Amino acid sequence: MIEIVSAERCTGCNICVKICPTNVFDEGLEDVPVIARHDDCQTCFQCEAYCPADALFVAPMRTPAEPGSEWRDEAALKARNQLGLYRMRVGLNKKNVPELPSDDEFFAVMQAIPRR
Amino acid sequence: MTAASGVDQSPEVMLSADVLVVGGGLSATWAAITAAEAGVGVVLVDKGYCGASGVAATAGVGHWLVPPEFAAREAAMSARAVQGGSITDRSWQERVLDETWRRLPQLGEWGYAYAKDQRNQPVLRLGHAPHYLRFLRSRAERLGVKILDHSPALELLTDSDGQVAGASGYQLRQAQHWQVRAGAVVLATGGCTWKSKSLGGDVNTGDGQLFGAEVGAELSGMEFSGFYGIVPKSTSMDKNGYYGFATFTREDGSVIDGALFASRLPLLRASLEGPVFAQFDRAPRENWQTMRGAMPNFFMVMDKLRIDPFMQRFAVEFVLEGTVRGTGGLRAVDYDCSSGVSGLYVAGDVASREKIVGGATGAGAPNASWAVSSGTWAGKAAAVHARKQAACTGRLSGAGRVGLRPSGSAERGLDSHEALRVVQAELLPVSKNALRTGVGLRSSLTVLDSLWRDAEAGLTGVGRDLVRAREAAAMLAMGRWAYTSGLSRTETRVMHARTDFPERDPAQQHRILVGGLDRVWTKPDSVLPVLGGDWQAA
Repeated sequence: MIEIVSAERCTGCNICVKICPTNVFDEGLEDVPVIARHDDCQTCFQCEAYCPADALFVAPMRTPAEPGSEWRDEAALKARNQLGLYRMRVGLNKKNVPELPSDDEFFAVMQAIPRR
Repeated sequence: MTAASGVDQSPEVMLSADVLVVGGGLSATWAAITAAEAGVGVVLVDKGYCGASGVAATAGVGHWLVPPEFAAREAAMSARAVQGGSITDRSWQERVLDETWRRLPQLGEWGYAYAKDQRNQPVLRLGHAPHYLRFLRSRAERLGVKILDHSPALELLTDSDGQVAGASGYQLRQAQHWQVRAGAVVLATGGCTWKSKSLGGDVNTGDGQLFGAEVGAELSGMEFSGFYGIVPKSTSMDKNGYYGFATFTREDGSVIDGALFASRLPLLRASLEGPVFAQFDRAPRENWQTMRGAMPNFFMVMDKLRIDPFMQRFAVEFVLEGTVRGTGGLRAVDYDCSSGVSGLYVAGDVASREKIVGGATGAGAPNASWAVSSGTWAGKAAAVHARKQAACTGRLSGAGRVGLRPSGSAERGLDSHEALRVVQAELLPVSKNALRTGVGLRSSLTVLDSLWRDAEAGLTGVGRDLVRAREAAAMLAMGRWAYTSGLSRTETRVMHARTDFPERDPAQQHRILVGGLDRVWTKPDSVLPVLGGDWQAA
């Protein structure tokens, strides 16, 4: 579930508001979007991938974190470079376009699945 | 009938188009692109945001891409026929392989920046999901497709001849109703996961299937709807392919016997008895980097959890993926993906994929190729149909009923959250949906049929709640079709597992059609499977 919108990093572009498939965010009064419908989050990580400021953190859990949970500890997660991690992994930040395995290579890997 | 929902007042947004595409994922964008290529005006409406919503944008996309060489094609088609329980249709498989092979390289001509491999070659088979869907959106926009985001459809509209002539819906962010008049409509709203919180699946609530049924379209293969994806415990990350490299264990470390690819039943049974763990300990070390690179989302989640799935065992559980990884849906009656109802076409997971993959999951390649192909065919046929229509200016009627226009005979209304809770209690549990029995299915159907009567009388809402009410009605209808089909298939065939009929019955080597709203019916499809080659025997 989306757990963190970092006010420190957010530029107020509202891309997350625009692209969220389940319409979780609303535009905030002070430019920083708010998580308005937390329960509707489907933990699909799209907002984290689209956020150009790496201001978002989607916890891997599909139910909301408790207050005080490690998934809401912005400072600790920032220190571990966890905000915007998905964007980096799928190469939407341009700086770090990941290599994909070739068609043949991936096919070979999947062929190696043991059929017992 | 009451009209408390506002659905019968005149909508704030009124548009017209030759072709209306309902949905915004892989098949929807391919349909919109194809219709626009044919030179007609296209409007696309997505419940979420076209480019980010749907399972393809989130889960990752691999295509069933097989070179047009005899031996390779024969092997690919026969493998799918056998895995799918021998109810496939070879002519449809061939067409999907041909169309995908023709269509995918066109992305490069349109300027798509393929991911490159180490030898700087474009990676075709494995789509880079967020890039791919974003690119398809921009391609559609460049061709003049008008896109309405966060604009779920609520119902189809028909003209005085009963032809489908548009749709209407609600814009969530603007809080206003919309209506699009169109010469033809392509339904591309995806499968149905019953809002299980599987990866990217919560927008897939069976809306298109309900819309189709309300104008008389039929469904097929709805008994193949109980597919459960494996997720690291408490997460949404249902990537299933790599679990072929896993050893599954119980809490005490004892190994759960039974190969994953032969049957999931031993694992599903074990999950009812206690925690289940997995570790990819059978993946050769030299493959680890490739595996990481190919599924960035899965490893992103494992890294957030600080679990190394190759070296550590981790708890897993099962999340319903319904007809997204299952194969049931609206029946395409012809190669042009027409639904059998004039003016209505179907593409992607909203449609049955049985002819391609039978009763086995089409996830992990065939579904994506089906989306590309069926989107192309439906988009093209819809454009042709729309061109033949005179501009429709007459009165249109809304075809929607349950969740939208309650009969009002209930003493009190039915809340969409309550309706969803009851539906999910019957559909989500492994014990009810994966391990099926006649007694269990009948018991669930009693609950669901009763809920349908209550919903018919009193389910509705206003604004966002109206959308939720329609979603609940759609998931309820999908549940009744799934379980009624499941009841009529008195055997175990691929993902449809009847514990009271554990064997495959050669006499049931056919597809099952289902339909109806107040009264659900099933019947064997008179169009028989076409297997061809040497694998005709079941």
